[in-house]
Amino acid sequence: MKTLHEGGPIQTSAPSGAPVIGPPAIQTQGLGKTFTLHLQGSTRIPVLRGVELAVVPGECVALSGPSGAGKSTLMRCLYGNYGAGEGRILLRHRGEEVDLATADPRLVREIRRETLGYVSQFLRVIPRVPTLDIVAEPLRARGVPAEEARARAAALLARLNLPAPLHALPPATFSGGEQQRVNLARGFAPHYPVLLLDEPTASLDAANRDVVVALIAEAKAKGAAIIGIFHDAEVRDRVADRLFHVSPIQAAA
Amino acid sequence: MTIETGYNFGYLDENTKRMIRRALLKAVAIPGHQVPFGSREMPLPYGWGTGGIQVTASVIGPQDRLKVIDQGADDTTNAVSIRRFFAKVAGVATTERTSGATIIQTRHRIPEVKLREGQILVYQVPMPEPLFRLEPRVSETRRMHALADYGLMHVRLYEDIARHGHIAISYNYPVMVGGRYLMSPSPIPAFDNPKMHRMPALQLFGAGREKRIYAVPPYTSVQSLDFEDHPFQPIRANAACALCGARDSYLDEVVTDDKGGRMFVCSDTDYCNTRQAAREAAE
Amino acid sequence: MSNAPLLEASGLTLRYGPVTALDDVGIEIFPGEVVAIVGESGSGKSTLLRVLSGLLKPEAGTVTYRAPDGEAADIHAMGEAALRRLHRTDWGFVHQNPRDGLRMGVSAGGNIGERLMATGARHYGSIREAATEWLRRVEIDPARIDMLPRQFSGGMQQRLQIARTLVTHPRLVFMDEPTGGLDVSVQARLLDLIRELVADLGLAVLLVTHDIAAARLLAHRLLVMRHGRVVEQGLTDRVLDDPQHEYTQLLVASVLAA
Repeated sequence: MKTLHEGGPIQTSAPSGAPVIGPPAIQTQGLGKTFTLHLQGSTRIPVLRGVELAVVPGECVALSGPSGAGKSTLMRCLYGNYGAGEGRILLRHRGEEVDLATADPRLVREIRRETLGYVSQFLRVIPRVPTLDIVAEPLRARGVPAEEARARAAALLARLNLPAPLHALPPATFSGGEQQRVNLARGFAPHYPVLLLDEPTASLDAANRDVVVALIAEAKAKGAAIIGIFHDAEVRDRVADRLFHVSPIQAAA
Repeated sequence: MTIETGYNFGYLDENTKRMIRRALLKAVAIPGHQVPFGSREMPLPYGWGTGGIQVTASVIGPQDRLKVIDQGADDTTNAVSIRRFFAKVAGVATTERTSGATIIQTRHRIPEVKLREGQILVYQVPMPEPLFRLEPRVSETRRMHALADYGLMHVRLYEDIARHGHIAISYNYPVMVGGRYLMSPSPIPAFDNPKMHRMPALQLFGAGREKRIYAVPPYTSVQSLDFEDHPFQPIRANAACALCGARDSYLDEVVTDDKGGRMFVCSDTDYCNTRQAAREAAE
Repeated sequence: MSNAPLLEASGLTLRYGPVTALDDVGIEIFPGEVVAIVGESGSGKSTLLRVLSGLLKPEAGTVTYRAPDGEAADIHAMGEAALRRLHRTDWGFVHQNPRDGLRMGVSAGGNIGERLMATGARHYGSIREAATEWLRRVEIDPARIDMLPRQFSGGMQQRLQIARTLVTHPRLVFMDEPTGGLDVSVQARLLDLIRELVADLGLAVLLVTHDIAAARLLAHRLLVMRHGRVVEQGLTDRVLDDPQHEYTQLLVASVLAA
């Protein structure tokens, strides 16, 4: 098992084995998150405190820790879906360092379009939109012509063993595993420099798990920094370069 | 002057005439714009030309020679009674000759003979607002005029083409005056619309019931609304006048018996009579 | 990204007697951005829409619109003619009730063509072509081009209103509860259509709605209003998934199934 590094530029091994030293693609500094539940007598629930995580291009870091430790909360903070309560989330975006914690909504949208991808556990289904267009949409948003975007989307869906006849259907009626694969195709198609994966293989069979492992390896080879939550230990060991332990705050405090 | 009637010259009192002249001046200054005025009760019912009469009464002088037509004819009841009215209350000369008149009051026609500088054509107008069937709120039509927001009028023409294949407005065909104001030309046939464009005579419009006056000064542009691919077309019965043979005049269809017999004759009686007289003289 | 906002308002305040409809409200909308204003009835969101679109004057505050040439103009200082021109060219307004946005006595084609004709289109064939194309885009059979809106269902009327509004390719569209009076199944279709058109045309949209699901589907950014104040604003998914203000938490907890 690899050791945990925290903060600053770090050294690790690229999949090729060549050492890579460089600035992290994504890095947190003193990241903390506390929820205040106004409807429950303003109860304050601290979930994260002082998180220092840095991931360089080509590296895959798996979040570890017990259930309820805040792994998903951390992922959501990293995507900007949850606001960071304290600290900074620094990203390399368009060649510059930006702080996602303070970025205005338009900048967050731009970062999500170009730099930061997120594969959640569940597909948020948009009514009436065919699967192929759901996968092609992030490519279109980056300016890829419609035909090319659809071709790339179709190829990726095929690789994830989603039969072509399904591509034209909205995924609302798909099984959990099929929706998961649509979600994965949508996340991997644009080749984001930073990719967040929340249980990407949870409802997949062995064959499709292998495809996802291969996709992660390819993304790393292309220089993507990947942060994932993998409950499947076998998958985790195959893709992760190291673990980042997220511990429950009460225990840590 | 014509004191024998007991009325002031031209029937209206001088203050009323002044008020109407002020409205006329404003109307001439803003071609096509409807100017409100204090329309008086006249000794004839609304719809018989109360607006036209007040305009005529305000511009007529002792030296004028008046012609009055109704649908082009000098000899219909309305024309005859208005002509007699002014002969009585203003003591002015009257005529049936278009070229001999200085003021022509008209209901629903423009004479066929080209009018010249110095002549005044006074239209009787039942409804001055060209948008009234499209927009029921008067306040809104005012705003549309103020902002030259006339898309709605074209919507009406669009609907006509969509429904009938052509613009099916045969009279009271809306016009743009001076490229600015949308104007109702009064219920003249669309055939007459081109005569308004750059007419050398002054055109005055009076709507008595609606209390509005508007005007088109001499040589002002008057364009009938249309589409590039559905240009304005003046409509005329495809026939020659049965009396004078004219092929360029607006024709009325006259039923001649109860067996379906009919003929077309010039609606402009002076034009027709003049042509017939010329033909007889030539023979 | 660095471009200037299309519409910018600050310090907007308006009272109806003792009721404060707007209390120091500010907002910015950038080109291509969909911003939703959510809140319960009486929160001031519809008033804000009317003030931003120039239909209602605020007691204090300014609304500035930046024209395509970069010229910025104060909406409430400009003349009625200029404002009206804006409303039929650069702007669009989609009403909750299609009857407020359509001419019920004019055919579908005439309704779509009106804005074109108002801005100088004078070729019947092209107007008809544009109307046909827009009927297709809003999923109404072009064969119905000469039918009156009253022969259409509520959902179709609303789609027709959208076609009529978008035909001149406005840059900024105001939408007041566009799915308000419709059945749920019809709502979904309409929302999706709006989403597609907005993305295709790169429209900026200011959407007023009390439907959180609609806001999540359409909006990039969210403003939550209560008692005439903006209590919270930000990225749509962040406001809905990690609401900070007490009222937003209540709003999300009570209606959110999205």
